[in-house]
Amino acid sequence: MKKVSSYLIKFTATILFLCVSMGYSNPISDEPGKVDTKEEIDAYITHHIKDSHDFHLFSYTNDAGERKHVGFPLPVIVWSSKGLTTFMSSAFHHDDDGEVVVEKNGTQFVKLHSKIYELNEGATEVTFDEGKHATNASKVLDFSITKSVVGVLLVGLFMLFAFSSLASQYKNKKVPTGFGRVLEPLVLYVRDEISRPNIGEKHYRKFTGYLLTVFFFIWILNLLGLTPFGFNVTGQLAVTACLAIFTLIIYTFSGNKEYWMHILWMPGVPILIRPVLAIIELAGALIIKPFSLLVRLFANISAGHIVVMSLIAIMFTLKDTLGVAGATALSFILSFFITLIEVLVAFLQAYIFTMLSALFIGMAVAEHDHAHDGDGHDVPDAEDVRENFI
Amino acid sequence: MYNLIGAGLIVIGAGIGLGQIGGKAMEGIARQPEATGKIQTAMIIIAALLEGLAFGALFLGK
Repeated sequence: MKKVSSYLIKFTATILFLCVSMGYSNPISDEPGKVDTKEEIDAYITHHIKDSHDFHLFSYTNDAGERKHVGFPLPVIVWSSKGLTTFMSSAFHHDDDGEVVVEKNGTQFVKLHSKIYELNEGATEVTFDEGKHATNASKVLDFSITKSVVGVLLVGLFMLFAFSSLASQYKNKKVPTGFGRVLEPLVLYVRDEISRPNIGEKHYRKFTGYLLTVFFFIWILNLLGLTPFGFNVTGQLAVTACLAIFTLIIYTFSGNKEYWMHILWMPGVPILIRPVLAIIELAGALIIKPFSLLVRLFANISAGHIVVMSLIAIMFTLKDTLGVAGATALSFILSFFITLIEVLVAFLQAYIFTMLSALFIGMAVAEHDHAHDGDGHDVPDAEDVRENFI
Repeated sequence: MYNLIGAGLIVIGAGIGLGQIGGKAMEGIARQPEATGKIQTAMIIIAALLEGLAFGALFLGK
C-alpha cells in the first residue's frame, strides 16, 4: 500500500511538472522569420509519416536561438554510379533540402525530402525547377539502414528471441514459464481462431507458421508505432506491399487444380461468360486481393498516426484561444483516448491482415466437393449450407 | 476544396455501410446469441473490406 501511494505521488508530480514546464517553455514570439505554427506542424507530421535516414527523437531551440536536434545517425548505404558507398547520415547535419553536399568516394550526395540524390558530373550544388524537383541530380539505389529498417530488425530479433525461447521450453515440460505464458495463448489464438477455421483441418498446419509470423510482426510493429520513438514501419507502403506480396506468392503457388479452374474456366456458368469471368477473377486474385491488403494496413496505420499527432498539435494551435492550460487539457484528453483506440486498432489490423491472408490461402487450397465426406457430423453447418447454396 | 467534399462523401458512404454491418450483426446476435463468434468474425472481415475501399478512395482523393 505504501509502495503504491509513493508511486502515485511520483507519477502525479511528474505529470504536474511536465504540464508546468510545458506552459513556460512556449513563450509566444512575434519574431520575423519565425515559422508559422500550422506549417510547422504540417511539416512535422509529414516528416514523421515518411521514413528517415536518422533516428530523430526531438528538437528544441536553445537560448541562443539555435535549432538543436537530439537523436542518433544511421548508416547510409547507397549504390551510385561509382559503386557502393557508405557513410553515416550525420554527414548531412539534419539537412533535408539538398543544401549540404557530402563528398564520398568521388561522388557528391545530397539529401532531399528524405531521398538521397547523386549530383551530376561538375555540379557543386542542387538546382531546382519550378516543381521543386532537382534538375542536376539523380536518384541512387538506396540500401540504407533507415529508421524503418531498424524497426524491422528490432522486431525480427525480438521475435526470434521470444519465440525460440518459447519453443525450447516445450522440450523439457508441457507448460511454458515466464514470458512464454503471455505468448502461448496468442499463438494458440492465431492457430485455432484464424488458421484452422479458414484454411481447413487438412492443410492448416503448413500455413500456420507464416500466419503466426505475419501476425506478430504486424502487431508488434503497430504497437512500436505508438511509442514516443515514432516508428511508422507498418505505415510505409514498401513494408505493407512486401507483406501483401508474400501472401500473394503463398496463395498463388499453393492453389490447387480446382482453385485455378474456378479462376480460369468457371464451372456452372454459360460458356460465353467464362472468359469474362476469367479476366475478373484473375484481376481479383493477382491484383485486387494483395492491393486491398496493403492499402488497408498502410492507410489505417498512417491515418492513426496523423490523427494522434494532429490531436497533440491542438496544444499549439488552440493555445491562443483556450489558454495554455485549456489547450493542453483538451489535447491530452483527446489524444489519450484516441491512443487507446489506436492500441485496439493495432491489434485489429494485425488480426485482419492475418485473417484475410488465411481466407485467401483457404480459398486456394479448399477441396470443394468431397471435403465434407469424413466430416464426422451429419447436421450441415453454415459453411455446408452456403456452399450448397452457391 | 473539392477533395474535401469528396472526403466527406466517402465518409458518409463508409458510415452508412458500417452502420448497416454493425446493425445487422447486432440483430443477428440478438436472434442467435450462440452464433456470436461466427457473426463477429464475418462482421469484422466485411468491415475491413469496406474500410479498405474507403481508405483507398481517401488516398486517391488526397
